[in-house]
Amino acid sequence: MQIARVIGTVVSSVKNESLNGRKFLIVQTLDAELKEKGKPTIALDAVGAGIGELVFWCRGKEASFPFQRDETPTDCTIVGIIDSDSHVFNGD
Amino acid sequence: MLIARVIGNVVATQKNQRYEGARIMLCRQITPEGEDMEYTCLALDSVSAGEGDIVVIAQEGWSASTAATGKPGAAIDSAIVGVVDYIDLTPNEK
Repeated sequence: MQIARVIGTVVSSVKNESLNGRKFLIVQTLDAELKEKGKPTIALDAVGAGIGELVFWCRGKEASFPFQRDETPTDCTIVGIIDSDSHVFNGD
Repeated sequence: MLIARVIGNVVATQKNQRYEGARIMLCRQITPEGEDMEYTCLALDSVSAGEGDIVVIAQEGWSASTAATGKPGAAIDSAIVGVVDYIDLTPNEK
């Protein structure tokens, strides 16, 4: 899992049926110091996250497990919302 | 699997239900010699690891889910599966 910041949303009307009602969010992955790492990516939301929130995402096949797992096509899913920036304890 | 040092944790109240009761640890990958690497990740704790511990992390869904929650099929891609006591490394012959 990786820490990320939600920086936007993607609106898609025509999509796989099992994605109906689901939200695509644009997330910027962060490192342990909450600095940007790599390029933004698209993640499916499983916890009701919104823009600006600090979240963590899960990658790969496991990403579809919060949903109907055999049907939902996703390889990156937001599985938790971190309470705030100060709830990331990194030893500093 | 990779070797990492536990550098902290994160607190998330709202999360996938399979994460309930689990500790989400912030880890930084290290070399076998113990030097910090750039890669950091979150991993669920299954062995009561603490900050500063050197650990082994499994990055595969079935193994990570089973280790961290006792059952497969959770949205978990990394879990701490062991605390390292020491690493025996063949000396670099140069």
